[in-house]
Amino acid sequence: MNVSAATAPDLDALPTVKLDRLPLLLVPALALVALPLIGSPSTWVTLTVAGLAMGMIIFIIASGLTLVFGLMDVLNFGHGVFITLGAYLAVSALGAMTGWTASESLFLNLLAVLPAMLLAMAVAGGVGFAFERVIIRPVYGQHLKQIMITMGGMIVGEELIKVIWGPQTIPLPLPAAFRGSLLLGEAAVEKYRLIAVVIGFCVFAAMFWALSRTKVGLLIRAGVQDREMVESLGYRIRKLFVGVFVAGSALAGLGGVMWGLYQQNVTPQMGAQVNVLIFIVIIIGGLGSVGGCFIGALLVGLLANYTGFLAPKVALFSNILLMVLILLWRPQGIYPVAKR
Amino acid sequence: MTFNRMLSGDLPRNRILTALLIAIVAGLALAPFLFPGAKALNVAAKICIFIVLVASFDLLLGYTGIVSFAHTMFFGIGAYGVAIALTRLGPSWAAVGAGIAAALALSFGLSFLIGLFSLRVKAIFYAMITLAVASAFQTFASQLSEITGGEDGLNFKVPEMLTPGFSLAEQPFLGVSLDGKLISYYLLFAVTVALFLLMLRIVNSPFGRVLQAIRENDFRAEALGYRTVVYRTFSNVLSAGFATLAGALLALWLRYNGPDTSLSFEIMIDILLMVVIGGMGTMYGAVLGATLFIVAQNYLQDLMKFASDAAAGIPLLPDLVHPDRWLLWLGILFILSVYRFPTGIVGKLRARK
Repeated sequence: MNVSAATAPDLDALPTVKLDRLPLLLVPALALVALPLIGSPSTWVTLTVAGLAMGMIIFIIASGLTLVFGLMDVLNFGHGVFITLGAYLAVSALGAMTGWTASESLFLNLLAVLPAMLLAMAVAGGVGFAFERVIIRPVYGQHLKQIMITMGGMIVGEELIKVIWGPQTIPLPLPAAFRGSLLLGEAAVEKYRLIAVVIGFCVFAAMFWALSRTKVGLLIRAGVQDREMVESLGYRIRKLFVGVFVAGSALAGLGGVMWGLYQQNVTPQMGAQVNVLIFIVIIIGGLGSVGGCFIGALLVGLLANYTGFLAPKVALFSNILLMVLILLWRPQGIYPVAKR
Repeated sequence: MTFNRMLSGDLPRNRILTALLIAIVAGLALAPFLFPGAKALNVAAKICIFIVLVASFDLLLGYTGIVSFAHTMFFGIGAYGVAIALTRLGPSWAAVGAGIAAALALSFGLSFLIGLFSLRVKAIFYAMITLAVASAFQTFASQLSEITGGEDGLNFKVPEMLTPGFSLAEQPFLGVSLDGKLISYYLLFAVTVALFLLMLRIVNSPFGRVLQAIRENDFRAEALGYRTVVYRTFSNVLSAGFATLAGALLALWLRYNGPDTSLSFEIMIDILLMVVIGGMGTMYGAVLGATLFIVAQNYLQDLMKFASDAAAGIPLLPDLVHPDRWLLWLGILFILSVYRFPTGIVGKLRARK
């Protein structure tokens, strides 16, 4: 986050914050350590791409949550609902376009998936707007109530999804051209994972650009650092917050579509399961820090895949282990946000 | 007054509340005679177990102001402790004791560690950490299938006195046969009453007052010279201990334990709902909340089935009142109660005097 302030050209005259490079090395370091342990380079490539894909999807979901927390001190335990909602909307949207998803043409497949993603983002964003109004607004600044009320929102949301789509697991098959793998040298890489990495990277780039090169982004970053100062300069942080909340919900919807396609099925409980993962990620990253969230997500994704291959039993706890290690090193997360 | 002393001076302080509590306690005490049938007795036993569990959660949430999502973890530890001990050591009272002791030791250790590790920071942080730890523990329990029975859980024998085959007298008493099921119910009931009164004692002690002070304003409590971390951790350990005992009761009653019966996140949500709807920080709220919730869980569905059938033909409505969607309505009640009456039913009743 503070990286961007330093590089913005019109701010060159201002004193710059020194870039904390050490955490940036964590991801390549983890990948390099894993290489000799796994042995075969082709397996390593497969696992790394899988880990990056998973990490990117988690980042898309978690980025909104961490910003919402950073801006207004609101931790939304109901974030998972938007993930589930996005995934179920994808089921409905893709189900309505079976002609295009079944065809072998990548173009037609994309033509089906993109509207599904846009629909999921739009609806999740809309529901997010209502959620903020009805559920979160009345309990600003009261942490205990916030935790409980957003949890209640999660219960009701999950039940409503069951009312609409039914409680059973629904398969969400990948479009035809997304299936199968590509051979990179000897390594087999699933196509969908590559697509997920590309989409994830696009979202990260767009978000990075928006946060570091636009005025709104500047205000958001400033708000995370010191809310009252931004307010005293005459900006309505409340409005900014609603915008960030809606955007975060929309991103969770997008992440839900991608997670659903990654798992190839959707259940009403998927949001709650992913919730645990994204909490770990934002704790690792430092609550409120998008850069930390990105690194945390990639670490979690990579470690889950490496340990899944090396020691499947350990894989179930790799996230917790990672969190404990990171917190022992930096108790406030990788990139502690200044005011906390 | 002995009665006043038994309740640690913390009387219900409202006529309707008193009447409700007397009705519930009397109903539970005479359940085998008043409501014949296996289902009714099961419901009564479940209410007893959840009263202990919810009250122990209230000690943490309502009195200390800490949100933990790992409470079912301790509940599960208690249940698994008894289950594993009885499976391994055979059905004896010594095995029950060993199981409870081991479970308590594990719970104390774990809650102490989690508390020290994360109670120094904000409530939100603790909520997130416990959520992660609890979900990891659930995976852990279902992975250790040689010991815990995995997803299938454990079926085991309880000491002979508690089995339905055991009979105290040849003749039925007031139409109820005096078998092991009845003995286990009354054992459960007695332990519930004892544990509840003990918790009531704890929250009304000077120690409990400090917990409430920390809930209201931890900065001021710290300034008065109370080491908040120590008190919070201690409250965490205590409530974990009571939850463990509740888990042990559950295992003894069901003669079965698996991840879904004691560890699942659904139960965590249920406890949260019970505490809030009943009334946080009142202890009596646990009694009302648990009773209301479990009765609703078991009987509201019948009512909803009726409504669902009646609404057949109207779009969406039958799905909304479908018996499986009962949690939707309790969820809405939960949200409303956090807004409208954060002190729950008990607080609402006490306020009108």
